[in-house]
Amino acid sequence: MIQDIIISVFIVLGGVFGLVGSFGLVKLQDAMQRLHAPTKATTLGLGGVLIGSMIYFALVDGHFSFHELLITLFLFITAPITAHFMAQTYLRMHRDEADLPPSGRPVGWSIYQDPPDFSADD
Amino acid sequence: MIAYAVTFAMACFGIGLVFSLWRLLRGPTRADRILSLDTMVINFIAILVLYGVANGTKVYFEASMLIAMVGFVSTVAFCRFLLRGDIIE
Repeated sequence: MIQDIIISVFIVLGGVFGLVGSFGLVKLQDAMQRLHAPTKATTLGLGGVLIGSMIYFALVDGHFSFHELLITLFLFITAPITAHFMAQTYLRMHRDEADLPPSGRPVGWSIYQDPPDFSADD
Repeated sequence: MIAYAVTFAMACFGIGLVFSLWRLLRGPTRADRILSLDTMVINFIAILVLYGVANGTKVYFEASMLIAMVGFVSTVAFCRFLLRGDIIE
């Protein structure tokens, strides 16, 4: 009974956070604000569902499975990378290079300029 | 009780799929469209895991792992194409 309540709480929390994350995608005004909402759906929503599933298979089914840990690890590693790439894409398409502060390096920001050619040194 | 919770969460993620589909069709910028595709992949992984819990089988974990990998690679490929005009330089 207790384990049913724990599993149900984790799954329901995950579902609510997933709904909130997708609702923020509709509700928020600006593209950079909208970038904020689905990361909650990734970490908390899917994380809650995976924790609930892990407890379910460990206690009810009797076999502990590492698949959920693998999925969680992979998603937690890749979520910041995709968010970073999408922010870069937005800046590249909608902001001019003159709007950004200088990079403070000999080479400008990488989203506007090609990488320097190091092949001649070798 | 677990069956009700799984049904509720599947309904939540299904509504989330509809929301992100709306943003995919509407979304003014291309970054919005990529973001909504990524959110759809996340929601679909959650639905697949919940379906595995509802049926008491672990077969769907491999499928959701593969979908997570394909979703990440496709998001990065879309962004790279918009950023550099090329995916692998």
